[in-house]
Parts: sequence; structure tokens; C-alpha cells
Amino acid sequence: MAYDIYIPRDTSALANGADKLALLIEKEANQRNIDIKIIRNGSRGMFWLEPLVEVATDKGRVAYGNITLEQVESLFEQEFYLGEQSHTSCLGLSEDIPYLAKQQRLTFARAGITDPVNLTDYITHDGFKGLKQALQNTSQEIVTAVSDSGLRGRGGAAFPTGIKWQTVLDCPADQKYIVCNADEGDSGSFADRLVMEADPFMLIEGMVIAGLAVGADQGYIYLRSEYPVAHQILNEAIEKAYANNYLGQNIQGSGKSFNLEVRLGAGAYICGEETSLLESLEGKRGLVRAKPPLPAIEGLFGKPTVINNVLSLAAIPYILDKGAAAYADYGMGRSKGTLPFQLAGNLNQGGLVELAFGTSLQQLLDDFAGGTFTGKPMHAIQVGGPLGAYLPKEQWNTPLDYESFSAIKAVLGHGSIVVFDDTVDMLEQARFSMEFCVAESCGKCTPCRIGSVRGVEVIDKIRAGINPEQNTELLEDLCETMIHGSLCAMGGMTPFPVQSAFKYFIENDTAAKETAGAQ
Amino acid sequence: MNQSSNWDPQIAQNAIDELKGQPGALLPILHKIQNILGYIPKDSIPMIAKALQQTSAEIHGVVSFYHHFRTSPPGKHILQICRAEACQARGSRQLEAHVKDSLKVDYHATTADNTFTLEPVYCLGNCTNGPNIRVDDDIIAGVTSEKFDVIKEQKNTFVVELA
Repeated sequence: MAYDIYIPRDTSALANGADKLALLIEKEANQRNIDIKIIRNGSRGMFWLEPLVEVATDKGRVAYGNITLEQVESLFEQEFYLGEQSHTSCLGLSEDIPYLAKQQRLTFARAGITDPVNLTDYITHDGFKGLKQALQNTSQEIVTAVSDSGLRGRGGAAFPTGIKWQTVLDCPADQKYIVCNADEGDSGSFADRLVMEADPFMLIEGMVIAGLAVGADQGYIYLRSEYPVAHQILNEAIEKAYANNYLGQNIQGSGKSFNLEVRLGAGAYICGEETSLLESLEGKRGLVRAKPPLPAIEGLFGKPTVINNVLSLAAIPYILDKGAAAYADYGMGRSKGTLPFQLAGNLNQGGLVELAFGTSLQQLLDDFAGGTFTGKPMHAIQVGGPLGAYLPKEQWNTPLDYESFSAIKAVLGHGSIVVFDDTVDMLEQARFSMEFCVAESCGKCTPCRIGSVRGVEVIDKIRAGINPEQNTELLEDLCETMIHGSLCAMGGMTPFPVQSAFKYFIENDTAAKETAGAQ
Repeated sequence: MNQSSNWDPQIAQNAIDELKGQPGALLPILHKIQNILGYIPKDSIPMIAKALQQTSAEIHGVVSFYHHFRTSPPGKHILQICRAEACQARGSRQLEAHVKDSLKVDYHATTADNTFTLEPVYCLGNCTNGPNIRVDDDIIAGVTSEKFDVIKEQKNTFVVELA
């Protein structure tokens, strides 16, 4: 019998040479007459260990981390294919690696375990149980389950998913749509990508259930063009779902239909904003729409539309299968369930950590991050993407839930955490936030379109030492105008990282320099 | 310099005819044309406009809105450097300076030997292992200046990639 060897096919593994590695392992096995079967699984989300090679044994999978082409020969010498653990790269049983063992994986339970495009694998690991349940329920029962679970939109705005769905269900229309927002543009975030590359059937299942819940028979996944691997894997999975009647007409003999298609974005960050995304899907410039009307009432092509983030839709099969209460049991306060935190930037152990809400940022870093990559002290942490505030050390004890973060004028957003060491130039970071807004503003409203350009200019003056006090005051004024005068989060939140950089870092640094100068 | 007269209008017409019936067909059509030709020829815009019953100005407006679409032929390889925060935290600013210096071009420009067109990108979703670059459809992690020089050399040297 062949030995099962797992080598991931996700972006992180590929970016570290997984394809060449798989070829070489296969070649080496052939030369040695060893019968192996290579399975291209998804990633476990421990991206700092990629390529992570695993071998199936009676006791579970044995893991070998950061495998290079040069190590292949010695792996075979030491009979890694038998699960021998003597090789220096061996990490023991995968399930026992503390980074994994300490997580509460609901949405990512299958990530890295299954072959993402193997339908049998998916079904063996509890796949389509949620759909099976949903097919026995009325639309209202499905929506009620989602409402009762307390699930809130995982894209960043944290709007209750059940309310969105109820609105669409209650809207009479000849056509409704399910749209999945897979335009994961926030720097530091990769949870959507991991769902799509490691467990795409879960997203498909979630979307079919959403269709059943609100009476929609057409779905679109709006995927960013920066994710070529996810694009490939999603299309393979959708094709298999059609071939096995989990998509298309009369799904599993239920009389219900649902069609699904991936549509590619074209490099516009703003299209992650839901109304801009809908414009883009309609074939237009991605200009933000004024609300109301809400997309739930007049969405894609003017029809009632559920538009949810990948993670929100991916949480649905679990809720339907295990029940709303099982999901709501995780978390704290009004932040129910789990959130996949994404540890990124200057860290040794970057990756995906799925935990219930409520751990503090400091705790999360202590338990998982493994210090900075450069070995220098952590200095500033940006949570929630490019529109999120930079947090100074004194705020790192904030509990990771939506309400606690709003209370300190920060956002949890999509759960991305980007760490900078003490060499970071915060004035440069503030400038970048404005510069990013210049590049990505849709141009619809003035505070965002013009304000960001002025923001870059003013910060440049401050950097050049031209009237720094007056210009800092001017910048503060500009930030307030952008916050209050912009239609969407792009202009309305770009000031958050800028203001926090000045308030917690630059002013302190300036004060410190002045004190040092005076002495 | 301008190669826009060298393209076959039939390619664009086939893409238009194949996709124009879809709801919201414009982005799929533009992607298809750019995938085959490497760019959206300016002369294809009236063809698209006609098929979708829109004005050329509307089509141009969409093409120019999205960073991904280009209206002139790129070099042999599209090279994108991630400029976003997670890669900044791991040295992408130094990489960016090195690449521009090494290729002697700025963003949105093509090298003199036509090997690379350099573009910025805001996040490739591999934020744990930066700095990241993308060369055509390959994302490459942990790109130091030294590693970039090796990649550059490979792309310059090997016309045919060995399987």
C-alpha cells in the first residue's frame, strides 16, 4: 500500500516552493522504489511552517516544517514516509503542535486536513450536513437559526447576518441573489483566502443554504484578481459540485436549484465595500452607492441581495448542522462564535488562529506569535486592515471583541493583526495610509478623493519640518472632515491609522526628542 | 513603440460574442481580452461598446477605473511588488527601492529590454511571509534584494521553463 504524503497547494506553500518540492519528492520516491501517494491538501494555516509536509500514520499525521528541496534526500534516508520522527525538521504529530492544539477551530476545522477539491473527502469530514438539515427546514427556520446563532458579518462591519437574511426573505421579488464578498483586500488578512483554498466546498455549501433561506437561485463569488490560486481551486470545486448535484437544478432531489459563478475583480480595493462591489459585478466603475436603498432590498441589478463576507457564509454549515446554540456558546457579550485572527507582519509565527472572541491582543501574541521576525521589540500593531488604528503597547490588553475595540476608536474588522518592530517610522506609516486612500478612493465624494491628496501633502510638510505645529492642526481638521463627510469607510476610516499614529506615537516621539534635546 | 495595430480584432470579437449575453458582462469580457492579448487595445473599446449598447466613454471609464486593466502592451512578465503594511513590516520598502534601482524603472513602466512591467499591488494575501512579489501568476514569498536578483536573472535567462 502506498504511503500518503500531504503537501499543501495553497498560496503560502506555493510561494515557498511547494510545487517543486512535490515534484522532487515524487521523483526521489520513484528512484528508491517507494510507493507513495502525494495528496495536495490545503494549508493548516501555520503559514510560517510552509511548506509543511505531513505523513499519515496510525497515530495521526506526522508533520515536517519548512521543508526545502535540499532536505528531500535526508528525509528519505530517515524514512519520513513511515512517520519516523528523527529528522531535524520533524514537529511530531500535527494535532499536538501547540499552535494548532490551542485553537478552537469551527470554521477552519477541515483546513489542511482535506484535499480541497475532493468531494468525498469533504463529505467524510462532516461536509454537506448543514445543507442536509437546511433542505428539511423552511426558509424561515433557516433564517431563525442564523439569527439565533448571533453571527455577525465577518467582513468588518459586524452587522447581524440574520437581520440581513430576514430582510431579503421578506422582500417579494421574481429574482434574488446571493453575493459572496471575496474581495479580501485588507493587508494582513488571509482568512478568506484560506477558506477558499483549503475548504471551498464549505463556502459553496454556505451559499446554497443562503439561497434556500431567502429564495435565491443565483450566486456570485466576487473574488479579487490578486488571488490566482483561490480562483483556480474555487473553479475546480464548483465544477465538482455541479457534477455531483450540489449545485444546479433539483439539488439532491429537493426540487430546489442554485447556480454559482466566480467573478473576478480587477485590483480595486474599494470593491470590497459592498455597494461598490455590486456596481462592479454589474459591469460598472466601482463607485460606492448611497444607502438606502439597502442591498437587501435593492441590491444586484436592483434585486434583493444577500451580500456576505466569505467567513460569514462559511460559518453557516456549522450553524445549521450543530445548531444555533452550539455556535452562540463560543464568544462573549454580543460577539458570538469564533473569529479567525490573522497574525501577520513582523512575526516569527505568522498564521491563522481561530479562537472565541474575548482573548486580549497581548495574550494572543504571547501564545502564538513567537516574537518578532527581526528579533527587535514590537512597537506598533495595526488591527483590522489599512483603515484600522495603530495600537501602542498600552492598548494591547484590549479584549479582542467588536465592542471593546470600538470603545478605543479602533476596529477589529476582519481580524487581521499586523505587527511592526521599533524601527518603524510612524510618520511614514501615516503618510502611507493617506497615499493608499489616494490610490484606492473611488472618487465619489470630495473628502475622500481630495482630502487624501491634501493629507499626503500636509504630512510631507510636517516631515520636512515646515510649520509642523500648524500643519499638524490642519491635518487633524482634515481627518475630522474625512471622518464626518465621507460616504463609506474608505474616506471615513482612513484617518483612524493617521490619527492614532500621531496621537500615540509621533507626539510621544517628538516630546521625547524635545526632552532629550533640552537635556 | 506602439504595437496596438498588431492585434487581431477577431480575438476581441470572439471574447465579446462569447460573453456578452451574461448579466454584468463587461468585466468578464475585459478579463478575457486582457488574458489573451495582455492588454485591452484602445480600438477594441468601440467594439465592446457596440455589443453592450453602451458608449465608448462608458467602457473607457470602466477600463480606467480598475488598476488591473491596461491599454498598452506590457513587457514579457508582469512584476508586482506588494506595497501593503504587512510586507512593509518585513522590509518591502527596501525591496521596492532595490527593484526600481535594479530594473531602472518606476511603477507602471516597462524595462528597456521589455522583460518586466513593474506594478505595485496592495496585498497578495501571504502577509505572514513577506515581502511578497508576484511574477505573472506566481506569488513568491520572503523576497530579499538578493533573492530578487536571482529571480530577475532566471526570468532573463530561461525563455522556456523546464517542467
